[in-house]
Amino acid sequence: MCGIAGFLGSAVSSHAARSDLETMIATLSHRGPDASGFHVDEGIGLAHSRLAVIDLVNGDQPMSNPRGNVWITFNGEIFNYIELRKSLQAMGHHFRTESDTEVIVHLYDRYGDRFVEHLNGQFAIALWDAGRKRLLLVRDRVGIRPLFYRRSGGRLWFASEIKALHATQPEQARIDVHGLVQALTFWAAVEPDTVFAGVRNLPPGHLLAIDNDGREKLTRYWDWSFPEHGTPAPFASFDQAVGSLRELLVDAVRLQLRADVPVGAYLSGGLDSSAIVALIRNYTDTPLRTFSVAFEDAEFDESSHQQTMVRHLGTEHTMLNCRREDIGAAFPRLVSHAEAPVLRTAAVPLMLLSARVREAGYKVVLTGEGADEVFAGYDLFKEAKVRRFWARQPESRLRPKLLGRLYGYLESSPVANPAFARAFFGQGMDYLDRPVFAHMPRWTTSQRALGFLSDEVRASVGDWDAAAFHEKTLPPEIMRWSPLSRDQYVEAKSLMGGYLLSAQGDRAAMANSVEGRYPFLDHRLIEFGSRLPPQWKIRGLTEKHILRRAVADLLPESILNRSKQPYRAPDSSSFFTQGKPLDYVADLLGGDRIRRAGYFDAVRVGLLFEKCRAGRANGFADNQAFVGILSTMLLDDQFVSQGSS
Amino acid sequence: MSIETKIRHYILENLMFTDDESRLPNDASLLDRGVIDSTGVLEIVMFLEDEFAIKIKDSEMLPENFDSVDKLVAFVLRLQAAA
Repeated sequence: MCGIAGFLGSAVSSHAARSDLETMIATLSHRGPDASGFHVDEGIGLAHSRLAVIDLVNGDQPMSNPRGNVWITFNGEIFNYIELRKSLQAMGHHFRTESDTEVIVHLYDRYGDRFVEHLNGQFAIALWDAGRKRLLLVRDRVGIRPLFYRRSGGRLWFASEIKALHATQPEQARIDVHGLVQALTFWAAVEPDTVFAGVRNLPPGHLLAIDNDGREKLTRYWDWSFPEHGTPAPFASFDQAVGSLRELLVDAVRLQLRADVPVGAYLSGGLDSSAIVALIRNYTDTPLRTFSVAFEDAEFDESSHQQTMVRHLGTEHTMLNCRREDIGAAFPRLVSHAEAPVLRTAAVPLMLLSARVREAGYKVVLTGEGADEVFAGYDLFKEAKVRRFWARQPESRLRPKLLGRLYGYLESSPVANPAFARAFFGQGMDYLDRPVFAHMPRWTTSQRALGFLSDEVRASVGDWDAAAFHEKTLPPEIMRWSPLSRDQYVEAKSLMGGYLLSAQGDRAAMANSVEGRYPFLDHRLIEFGSRLPPQWKIRGLTEKHILRRAVADLLPESILNRSKQPYRAPDSSSFFTQGKPLDYVADLLGGDRIRRAGYFDAVRVGLLFEKCRAGRANGFADNQAFVGILSTMLLDDQFVSQGSS
Repeated sequence: MSIETKIRHYILENLMFTDDESRLPNDASLLDRGVIDSTGVLEIVMFLEDEFAIKIKDSEMLPENFDSVDKLVAFVLRLQAAA
């Protein structure tokens, strides 16, 4: 895993070009501490910071093809590089290294832009075709590895993280209020938008070509796609599908264990990570080294389930005990890596955990991320199923009672009070025939943070319709899919790509030079999951039904039959000790500071601050608003104020 | 301070985060305006029990009793009268 940076455009000298690249890549040393490299030629500059995982000796970048007219700087892994290399060798290609990077340039030589369709992996690629004077920026199918770009000063700049773009032009770092409003609603700005003015986020599954004349062409090469509602399952039986899923899971894990360094795994105690660790145990010779987070708060802690799996599989295990004060203290560092507002603190313990992974001598971990999106694990999917069932008979008093079977893991559950749960989840029924139906209750909750925006920001955003905005980003055929497929698509393209794989994924791990790998997001598994009938994913109100069956023989009953418990951490309470705020919190949320930054209303923020300080903020809405406001103010402090001073 | 003033003050400060009295008509639906969700109602219950020394049963946590300032005032008066 690595960091990449560079620019397209002229420089006054190669020395000046090299200096710009060094300035950019220096900000990404956490992504690649093992080596750095540069390539400067007329009209192009490429830089790379390396975390050596495959071909430790010869894998340095930027790297060229044998003729030296195609250059690449690449962040990520191509898991099927061995198979690709063999097939290219059979076609007459000669290789100088054992690296996956070299496979990409050979694939480009042979297939042109369609090289990307052959890759099974997680990647952000910048490829310079010197003969055509053409730059390609490419991002993996689901958005595991980041890639940002900006046009300024006659150049197109690109980098793995936004801080590298700011490094050469810090004065350009400004919060874009339209991106901010999206982030506070959907948990992340919708690509290509970011919360920074002028900075674009290359959407997952896309390839951006910038030609000699500066023209940009953005092409989607892959997307989550589902069959039309009612299409028969392409399997002879459920059992046959279970067997096929098992084979795919084994192969995805086998591929993702490829590395020339030891590979560990996260073990949350839930079904998904337990399944991954059990597959490693049963199908590979990889020594089992596992890591997990435990909390002092019983509401968040899953350590008893983690211990069950550790005993079951006999892994060598490291458990990080995370306290509220640890979260509060580390939060600014998380935000500086996330480069976006976050609405919850849950990424912080994972950042602290990746430090433990690194201390233990590991650079790579496999995790269970993605199973909830591919096989429909979240309560949101079940909640939508109940709401649709209820909508068929809106007068029914029995149907909404099914909501009471959801969210059992929450102390302040949104369904704790049946009468108000009916009223709350009954809202948005007029969205029944719209693709964002399932997500409206969540967005209604997070959007309460917009009530804290300053009058100026509200005026500049105007009358913004979140549902209509998001629907414009969705494929036109989405309403022909099953309702569950629609919900899965929106989930994968909002929370997963924008937040789980970013702030809570790549950034939380790379903060400590650790690479996360996600077997459930192997695109073959996603495509397999998309073809399954909805009732094979959610059976009644049991989530991930087919996945449970596919790994039933590998897991103890208590893990196999666990209900989904989303990974969470203490939120606003992490920032106060016995009613006293942490120093930086008091500073950033003080009236003067809030007024000076201009994003939020100082009176309203002051009242929210007081409520959180007094320990009276119980629900999601207040906690998310507090964490969202604090992280926005940290971004302002770390990027905007620093750049303007 | 009257019951109405106390309830208004609590909702404005703790659920609406504002001191602008005009934003809370006494007959406005708190649900429709997005002021409370089902966890918000638990906060109001705790406030009413602490402030007015009353006990509220689960079966009384209904939109009919909680969905506006007017309804809350009438509800508290009813409970106090019955005590």
